[in-house]
Amino acid sequence: MLDEMAFDLRKYLRRNSASVTVWVALLALILFGLMRYDNFGSAYNFSSFLNYNAMFIAIALGMCFVIMTGGIDLSVGSVAAFTSVVAAYLSPYGIQVALPGAVLAGIGFGAINAFCIIVLRIPPFIATLATMLAAKGGALVISGAQTISVDWGSNFTKLGMGQALGLFPWAIVIVAGLTLVLGLMLEKTTIGRTVLAIGGSEDASNLMGLKVNRAKAFVYLLSGGCAGLAGLFLASGFGAGQPLEGIGWELSAIASVVVGGTLLTGGMGSIPATVAGALLLGLVFNVLNFENGQGTISFSAYWQMVIRGGFLFAVILLQSRVIAKQQKVIGS
Amino acid sequence: MERTMKLPKRVASMPLRFHGGIVALAALLVFNSLFTPNFLQLQTLFVNISQVATIAIVAMGMTLVIATGGIDLSVGAVMALAGALAPLIFLSDLGAANPALGVALAIMLPLLVAGLCGVFNGVMVAVLNVQPIIATLILFISGRGIAQVLTNGNLQTFSNPSFSYLGTGKILGLPFQGWLALVIACVLFWVITRATWGRYLLAIGGNERAAFLSGGPVRRVKIGAYVICAVLSGFAGLIVVAINSASDAARNGNLMELDAIAAAVVGGALLQGGRAPIFGAILGAVIIQLVKYTLLANGVEDEVALIAKAAIIILAVWMQQFRRT
Repeated sequence: MLDEMAFDLRKYLRRNSASVTVWVALLALILFGLMRYDNFGSAYNFSSFLNYNAMFIAIALGMCFVIMTGGIDLSVGSVAAFTSVVAAYLSPYGIQVALPGAVLAGIGFGAINAFCIIVLRIPPFIATLATMLAAKGGALVISGAQTISVDWGSNFTKLGMGQALGLFPWAIVIVAGLTLVLGLMLEKTTIGRTVLAIGGSEDASNLMGLKVNRAKAFVYLLSGGCAGLAGLFLASGFGAGQPLEGIGWELSAIASVVVGGTLLTGGMGSIPATVAGALLLGLVFNVLNFENGQGTISFSAYWQMVIRGGFLFAVILLQSRVIAKQQKVIGS
Repeated sequence: MERTMKLPKRVASMPLRFHGGIVALAALLVFNSLFTPNFLQLQTLFVNISQVATIAIVAMGMTLVIATGGIDLSVGAVMALAGALAPLIFLSDLGAANPALGVALAIMLPLLVAGLCGVFNGVMVAVLNVQPIIATLILFISGRGIAQVLTNGNLQTFSNPSFSYLGTGKILGLPFQGWLALVIACVLFWVITRATWGRYLLAIGGNERAAFLSGGPVRRVKIGAYVICAVLSGFAGLIVVAINSASDAARNGNLMELDAIAAAVVGGALLQGGRAPIFGAILGAVIIQLVKYTLLANGVEDEVALIAKAAIIILAVWMQQFRRT
């Protein structure tokens, strides 16, 4: 009995090695921070960390679905910048208008992506690269290349700066809800299973009569909507719509998704592990900020980009070994 | 049967890959000579040649990478990196003490670093089997980050006539970099049509597995394509810095990957690989530059021009599907 259980655990660990690794790494980094820095475990650091990373988690969730179909969405950063401007313009009407407005604007860009990819049959990275350009241009046009200040009188800034029940930032409550819904959707609904089937083999899914195009349209709309949400958090958390933000966000999102064990070739993925991946990447920056504060390293803002790239590089190296191992198993 | 849209047979059977581009070029020229003030002047030609050369040089490298069925998103970042390094070298103590050596090093070392970036991309793609988009995305972001770390994000201005020759020199009255682009094009054209390496390049793009099974040096050729692309991007980065007599790591080569991909595709490269129209890439670069110039000269804002460029890329890739038949 005991033997059997131990065997199962080992099997589980082997099958989910990537997602287990990311949780272990996350825990280890938290422990490291708690031991090394005085204020690391403070309520303030905890809540501001979650608040800041809510937008990255939102984008990573959308990206996870796109990557599971074997696609990619490079437009998320610019779309978030665009929707942050939209949200800032809508902020006087309160959160009840700004939230649907920003999300719909994001979904609009998702629709352009979906149209180009599904109807015009343009490879996802070209289509989303072009949308990235269009969203960047669009954000600069509607903002007049200025940072757009939000209305502080309405309830808009509560979203990014207030606390739900005095405990958690609102942004993280919304993202937690989204995680739950998307996680269930992936496991329990037809569209979720179709998404995974497409990543496994698009031709086979088509031949089996699965609604491939509908599921593909869904993932790009979802990714656009998630980017819209991230733009909303950006505007309400920092009090301004920022047309020049969002550079490199797609890289963060892809890294978070991949570190969570989702294969870049699609067909396999995990929503909770993606969130863990996004938190891990955020925590790396949090720890570096603390080191910076202690004066052990001096760390200019430009390093962020380099570290994001290095993080993705490390993750991909690990994953390419995992994939090589799997292919060996299949081959033998 | 097929539900995708198709062009009429007679049009589709034409060698459209070139004609489409030439028609677009002719239309742009006619439009500009009618509506754009001062278009038919020598000065306009010079300005456009000096701008188009950088796009063309990068687009030729991109064409090689696309011919293997890959893509290189890092070209703009490599431009920024090479461009940031050059002034650092000839403004250093060593460069100030030996101006000639300084300039020589300021050209060689950035190209070497660019080549290393290409090795990185190539090894990721060919040896570790990472998808080209993801592999080159790493340098796309962090390459520019490294350039900004090196320069601390500052604009480096300088006055160095011998280095600036790269961007402002003239041979027979035409800008130096235009000639450079032509020479590179001729060399690459020869390599692709005559050298073994070029045949393997096209074979890999056509059918990588077949090329591998027939004993082709698949990995080496693929890495080579990324290295050439990166070195050419580095060259383009140096030229941009030389034109401006200043290096701005945040702006040098910004969005160049899109221009280069668009130019390669407009010039007839197939995203699935297997074709490397080098002179097509130059034609594509000229079209992209003319579109930019047309929008700019007619008072369209930069931001709107971005959206127009996005539309052109989508249109070019969409049109490409009709050629396969």
